[in-house]
Amino acid sequence: MTVRGLSIDNLHVRVGETDILHGVTLHVPEGEVHALMGPNGSGKSTLAYTIMGHPAYTVTKGSISLNGTPLVELSPEERARLGLFLSPQYPTAIPGVTVVNFLRAALRGLGKELPARAFLAKLSQTMASLHMDESFRGRYINDGFSGGEKKRTEILQMALLEPAFAVLDETDSGLDVDALRTVAEGVNRVRTPELGILLITHYNRILEHLKPDVIHLLYRGQIVATGGPEMAQEIEKSGYAPFIGTSAEPEPMGAHHGN
Amino acid sequence: MAIDAEHLSKEYQYGFHDEDASVFRTEKGLSEDVIRAISARKKEPEWMLRFRLKAYRHFMARPMPSWGADLTGIDFDNIYYYVKPTDQQGRSWDEVPEQIKSTFDKLGIPEAERKFLAGVSAQYDSEVVYHNIKEGLEKQGVIFSDCDSGLREHEDLFRKYFSTIIPPNDNKFAALNSAVWSGGSFVYVPPGVHVDIPLQAYFRINSDNMGQFERTLIIADRGSYVHYIEGCTAPTYSADSLHSAVVELIALEDAHIRYTTIQNWSNNVYNLVTKRAVAQAGATIEWIDGNLGSKVTMKYPSIYLMGERAHGEVLSAAFAGSGQHQDAGAKCIHVAPNTTSNIVSRSISKGTGRTSYRGHIVVNEKADNVKCNVRCDALLLDETSRSDTYPYMDIKNPNVEIGHEASVSKVGEDQLFYLRSRGISEQDATALIVNGFFEPFVKELPMEYAVELNRLLAVQMDNAVG
Repeated sequence: MTVRGLSIDNLHVRVGETDILHGVTLHVPEGEVHALMGPNGSGKSTLAYTIMGHPAYTVTKGSISLNGTPLVELSPEERARLGLFLSPQYPTAIPGVTVVNFLRAALRGLGKELPARAFLAKLSQTMASLHMDESFRGRYINDGFSGGEKKRTEILQMALLEPAFAVLDETDSGLDVDALRTVAEGVNRVRTPELGILLITHYNRILEHLKPDVIHLLYRGQIVATGGPEMAQEIEKSGYAPFIGTSAEPEPMGAHHGN
Repeated sequence: MAIDAEHLSKEYQYGFHDEDASVFRTEKGLSEDVIRAISARKKEPEWMLRFRLKAYRHFMARPMPSWGADLTGIDFDNIYYYVKPTDQQGRSWDEVPEQIKSTFDKLGIPEAERKFLAGVSAQYDSEVVYHNIKEGLEKQGVIFSDCDSGLREHEDLFRKYFSTIIPPNDNKFAALNSAVWSGGSFVYVPPGVHVDIPLQAYFRINSDNMGQFERTLIIADRGSYVHYIEGCTAPTYSADSLHSAVVELIALEDAHIRYTTIQNWSNNVYNLVTKRAVAQAGATIEWIDGNLGSKVTMKYPSIYLMGERAHGEVLSAAFAGSGQHQDAGAKCIHVAPNTTSNIVSRSISKGTGRTSYRGHIVVNEKADNVKCNVRCDALLLDETSRSDTYPYMDIKNPNVEIGHEASVSKVGEDQLFYLRSRGISEQDATALIVNGFFEPFVKELPMEYAVELNRLLAVQMDNAVG
């Protein structure tokens, strides 16, 4: 029996000369939404990039697997073809490459190419649901996009590429209330019973829309607490300190010291 | 049929004035005798022979330019300066190098077109198309022929403009071309005529347009418009190692000439081309200039803005793979007041490839209210590739608006990762970034050229040894 979903076991990651993750263990079964929270600098984005295989992040120990397939030795494109999707915190601009060409290249790369007519119909429909203007398809991807436009474009990609597992790194950051709702609704619309999501966030707001099954707290490269949805509310109220424990040094922002 | 060099030189010694010979070429190397032979062969008027001989003397007297790309590999004595077209057409398909054939395969170019591009045969399929186009043009009074026919059939018009903007003593390679030129296009567009379809050298059959030293002369009379497309995006197979063309554009008042080139010589060729245009009052010149092939290219399309409100555009793209040096650029000379120019250059270097942008902006004392904008961006694909910018400005009038922006960037790890994280292979991701970088250039091309250029870039990316 293979384990369905994303499994991370005792993961150690180094960037350059610095060790960032020190034995992260995490399992997100298919169909579930897990939120990953934690103070800045805890290693949340490092974990996201490592899951997707960014070449700057070296796994020194431990394993990652998706639906039983080990990922560490695979290239980012091979991981994508297994159904993995990462919406990075800061999506990269690629001048000269239009949204529509980008999406077609991605579908081709994934072996999911659609006939032109079907593709364009689906694109139009998805863009409309995300309140994106038709003119977006001809714009160069992320080039000169506002923060909100970038996040909508990420969800647009997710909707068209139909991943098996999505890592959403602060997809809610920089969005006003309306935009947040649009993006969250977009995510909900593409959800299937099989789609697993690891949602990295600082805020409760998006969690009200996406209703996570489990909350994990990452601190200094380790999961220090795991709990139900109510944990997000406690974090919102009291900050991270109660979970980090007395032995921990204050978080960089110095806020919310409990106990 | 291939004919060995020794046999040919013997043929020359014994007198080659055999009009019935199906194959003709001059001996290797250059001499006054060779030039006389070319001119006699073409039955040219005396003035053209004198022009050629004078140019030859300039060429011999002039040192090699040392300010640009490395040209030490050129051996002037080891070149055939004139080959009769029948010889080129008679070349057999079997003799075309495998690399070129496989490139044609990758490009998906139809069989007949391949043979034409490889110099194996004329493009029969296009014959009918060309015939129809030609009829339409003739009704409008447009002359579109090869340059040799232009001289033969329209001598007065030809002589009035020929070499008026690029004199033989302009530079060593313009002198060489002037001495031995053959082929190229002659275009005349009558006043007010708008030529709707781009004129493509590709359609011009039964002439030696694949020549090494072609000469193109385009005259757009008052208020007319023409778009000329030189060459093709497919690789041009050439046995010779030196290509030195001269192109002159003359836009009379309110005329508009757009000249598009996509140069893709095989990478053993030195491509040293002089391109210059004059724009009279209210006229527009656009050079759309792509350089992908050759070993070394030196080419700086220039525009002399002679009359008020004249406008010039130079939009160029260059790709240099390993072993290639694309030394390209632009020149705009603002002679008259209220003239404007815009230069956009994009270049990509890969492996040991090298690109240079060499720009020259001149604003004369009397040229008030000149506006000129220069933007050049270079993209390096790896650590070993190189790009240099040599902008030169000579502004003699204080009342001008000049902008210059330049950038050099590398293909970002984050860009590659972002594309790859969507399932796109590293190779395709790089090609997408490269195509995106060339987008401002590509979108100015007619559709079929844009498509072919993108395919060609993919092949280049594939072939270039990093």
